[in-house]
Amino acid sequence: MDHHDEKYDEKLKDFEDRIARGEKVEPGDWMPDQYRKTLIRMMSQHAHSEIVGQLPEGKWIPFAPGFRRKLTLVAKVQDEAGHGQLLYRAAETLGATREQMMDDLLNGRAKYANVFNYPTPTWADVGIIGWLVDTAAVINQTMLAQSSYGPYARAMKRICYEESFHIKQGYDLVVALAQGNPELRATVQDAIDRWWYPTLMMSGPPGELSTHTQQSLRWKIKTKTNEQVRQEFVDLIVPQIRALRFQVPDEHCVHNPGTGHYDYTQPDWDELKRVINGDGPLNAERLAVRRKAHEDGRWVREALAAKQERSEAVA
Amino acid sequence: MTDTQWETYEVFHQAKKGDAHVYVGSVHAPDPHLALQMARDQFARRLKCVSLWVARSRDITATDYQDEDFFAQTTDKSYRDPKAFGAPEKLDEHQA
Repeated sequence: MDHHDEKYDEKLKDFEDRIARGEKVEPGDWMPDQYRKTLIRMMSQHAHSEIVGQLPEGKWIPFAPGFRRKLTLVAKVQDEAGHGQLLYRAAETLGATREQMMDDLLNGRAKYANVFNYPTPTWADVGIIGWLVDTAAVINQTMLAQSSYGPYARAMKRICYEESFHIKQGYDLVVALAQGNPELRATVQDAIDRWWYPTLMMSGPPGELSTHTQQSLRWKIKTKTNEQVRQEFVDLIVPQIRALRFQVPDEHCVHNPGTGHYDYTQPDWDELKRVINGDGPLNAERLAVRRKAHEDGRWVREALAAKQERSEAVA
Repeated sequence: MTDTQWETYEVFHQAKKGDAHVYVGSVHAPDPHLALQMARDQFARRLKCVSLWVARSRDITATDYQDEDFFAQTTDKSYRDPKAFGAPEKLDEHQA
């Protein structure tokens, strides 16, 4: 343990000075246990979110209206898989293993983003995930691209670049529906109504005074509070929603000249707690699909492992 | 868990012939050939790429950030820098 290290205080001071100067922390560097643990937790949860995040939209690939939309959606879902792999690699630089993280996910021990446990009953949901959910994600990830941990920050830069395509395709899809007949417009409004509060929950509950969060901010693991990230999202998305003549499902959502920001009603934080801890509308189904995919791919992994062993034996 | 934790390979990406290969990240793979395919899917599915290198992570020997002495310069080496030389562009300006 760090605390038995007699030079701990000295090392901690050096570490915090470096971070205060804006230097990045790299894998081999000395770091406090808590810094390592927090980052492994954040990066693995982030990776799981990308992997599970393939599922709500992936189910629409066979039903996408038209070949261009289908190709776009395939590309987006492939990106999510790629982002998951990038983030697992980043977490591995701190001593976690991909196998262990996967195992934690499949056995329900790991957490991932709340939003992916909600259903996607209509095609409009695909557009709303790209437009609303991915906008919220990019605001969070742009902040994380400034993280003090080098491998996380670098992964985020690549991911943000690709996420901007996700937002664009989602917005384009919504605009197409918005120009359609009243029934099509109603599917968009219905999707906004269902996704609004879960999307607000993504950046996490307030309560920034917890010592844990304060420490993450001091160590620049994150550079903004949950409330700041959420307010940024609301300020950006509300005018966009209204420009397409849709309603924000919150009568208190008005621009406040005093603060310069939009006021909004806080989501139900108990719901977030339930969904994050496994009791959302579709948690069980999401994990069942992941488990089946993992089992279905087992023979491929085993065949490749056998081939590797044999070629090493020959060499 | 009896599954397979594959090795990692570091990936170097060349955007066009004549450019340097640039380090972009790493992938898991069971062998070098598949590492190239994984690297293509991960790092070359958008940006233009004409060549990829992969190298097993454990084959890379690196310096240690803690060992700052490794790069320490004991004497003034400014003479290695073109900016260290103040000779005029044209001799006639100097003489005028």
